Amino acid sequence: MNTAGIIHQTAARTDTEAPIFVAPEWKLVWWKFRKHKVALISGIIIVFIYLVAALVEFLAPFSPTATNSKYLYAPPQPLQFDGGLFVSGYTSTVDKAALRRIFVVDPTQKIQVGFFVKGIPYKWFGVLPSDRHLFGPVDPTQPMYLLGADRLGRDLLSRLIYGTRISMSIGLIGVFFSLLLGIVLGGISGFYGGMVDTLIQRTIELVRSIPQIPLWMGLSAALTFSISPVQTYFAITVILSLLAWPDLARAVRGRFLSLRTEDFVMAARLDGASQWRIIFRHMLPAFYSHIIATLTLTIPSMILAETALSFLGLGLREPVVSWGVLLQDAQDIRSIATAPWLLIPTLAVVIAVLALNFFGDGLRDAADPYAR
Amino acid sequence: MEKCSVLLTVNDLKMHFPIRHGFLQRVTGYVKAVDGVSFSVCCGETLGLVGESGCGKTTIGRCLMRAYEPTCGTMIYQNERGETVDLARLPGRQLKPYRRELRMIFQDPYSSLNPRMTVLDIVAEPLRVHHLAKGKDLEDRVAALLKRVGLRPEYMRRYPHAFSGGQRQRIGIARALALSPRIVICDEAVSALDVSVQAQILNILQDLQLELNLTYLFISHDLSVVEYIADRVAVMYVGKLVEVAPTERLFNAPRHPYTEALLSAVPKPDPRMRSRRIVLEGEVADPANPPSGCYFHPRCRYAQARCATERPELHDVGQGQQVACHFAEELSLSGVRAN
Repeated sequence: MNTAGIIHQTAARTDTEAPIFVAPEWKLVWWKFRKHKVALISGIIIVFIYLVAALVEFLAPFSPTATNSKYLYAPPQPLQFDGGLFVSGYTSTVDKAALRRIFVVDPTQKIQVGFFVKGIPYKWFGVLPSDRHLFGPVDPTQPMYLLGADRLGRDLLSRLIYGTRISMSIGLIGVFFSLLLGIVLGGISGFYGGMVDTLIQRTIELVRSIPQIPLWMGLSAALTFSISPVQTYFAITVILSLLAWPDLARAVRGRFLSLRTEDFVMAARLDGASQWRIIFRHMLPAFYSHIIATLTLTIPSMILAETALSFLGLGLREPVVSWGVLLQDAQDIRSIATAPWLLIPTLAVVIAVLALNFFGDGLRDAADPYAR
Repeated sequence: MEKCSVLLTVNDLKMHFPIRHGFLQRVTGYVKAVDGVSFSVCCGETLGLVGESGCGKTTIGRCLMRAYEPTCGTMIYQNERGETVDLARLPGRQLKPYRRELRMIFQDPYSSLNPRMTVLDIVAEPLRVHHLAKGKDLEDRVAALLKRVGLRPEYMRRYPHAFSGGQRQRIGIARALALSPRIVICDEAVSALDVSVQAQILNILQDLQLELNLTYLFISHDLSVVEYIADRVAVMYVGKLVEVAPTERLFNAPRHPYTEALLSAVPKPDPRMRSRRIVLEGEVADPANPPSGCYFHPRCRYAQARCATERPELHDVGQGQQVACHFAEELSLSGVRAN
């Protein structure tokens, strides 16, 4: 009687089911996230950067290690248009007083620039052989230095593109390792509490209290010089994640602690659900969005750490190309004074880090669509 | 009490929470949330459990559900086949069948439903955990449950955020009923709702009780709600029962000074009746450090020397009424409708 009235009353307004009523969490998160315009644009930039990282061989016009003794410290050539794209060539003179080569852009020489030109051969994702590049000089023997050349006459643009792969992936893989550590240790800490929790939390405080740069130096000194670049890459990733996991562990622990006392978790326990079912079906879905947001905010600090390490010569080394390795060339004031374009990789770091931070902020704000 | 078949007998139930301090988490004391409570629940009745915040009502409910491990005491439950079992001592695995027979309705309709699960998943979860139904059969059973609590079955693909507080509480009730329980513990089941919605939910609970022969342990701090729904009422103060009596009797002729004070706080619609409110002196006793003798004596208007030293036990005073007061027979206390 009483209940029948309510059925009737609510029937009228639900004949067409409003999308919000049946919207699962990811939809609510997306609706909230897309209102944050800066984060949305940052997201697009990040997708673009990772796309570049995936397609370096195709996007880079030259090999990152190809040297050219004729064009040491050649300045950037502006890209021009006269019905077709071209760059002007150089004429170089030697300044006898300063004992260095001076380049002058020579507008009479036109170097045609084309799309999908032939260049050095490579393999798509290590499988499909190809020698096409997105753009480059139509005659591959002609110079094209859109961002200038370094001290060995290598094309900075190609090196920057190759560096994207290493720098961006180190953040991603490092975050993956620290996520594993963080989820396991933070999860144990938050789920069981008590002594275990105290022990893990004190360990975290200990790890965080160690000054970072001396620790990095110690760890990289422990790496022998004889190991291959790939091994160095992994070693650096592990070092970075060993320092980053405490933040993630804290985030996971905090979530577990707050969820453990939620009524719906108690309800699942009283339903007779097993511990695994409670964790994976009831608790984990309640915080994975927060974890993804925290992860996104950890990646930029990893990129910065890698850059700093490599800049100091403690991280990656030639012939591996990362943004930090590129910045090593810009270490002394003399090279910056004569070739300021060597600082361009800093711009890449700034853009990537800012985009990831804004994106992470937007995600974090949208992560809990149920907050009241 | 006459033709009552006892379903659940709680005897000397204690729940002491350790207080831990320092790096090594040493136990420095205990919060005696529930301290030696005994009562019984008859089949088909509604036992109201009242008391102020922090007196241990909810802890009793959670001990019965074995959400907490009771420190000591027994909880003898008689199952459908007439066998008795002590729920307090049952190990986890053997407890699972009893999770179907004792169910709980939560106070907060917002935090008790997982916002990331559809209504279908929420109500079906106990059925899935106990492997009772799947596929189409599962959906049919959920639809029937939703209909029973006054919700349209078409709503089952929705998420909880699509519902109001009262509707959410109905979902909570449907979840509790999913396993055809015998005892339902309503832990402040209507406290978070508006008065008009409270009435709807209380009526649903009463209808369901008649239909399904349910037994309720109704935990509440709201005396008017308890008066409406309960057959018998147990009054708690700092982890102990101070009075148990049939509702009518308790409200008309309380025998414990605390009950009297509690009843005097019930808002009365008649303005001429409002003057006689008893204002208790002092603070509620700390369950980690309770006073000597009768826990209520520092605040009792009728306290005498004996009260500070000797702890009164719950004893029968006739007509189904039990009181824990040395002077229960001597005092003449006023109830809600007494002159």
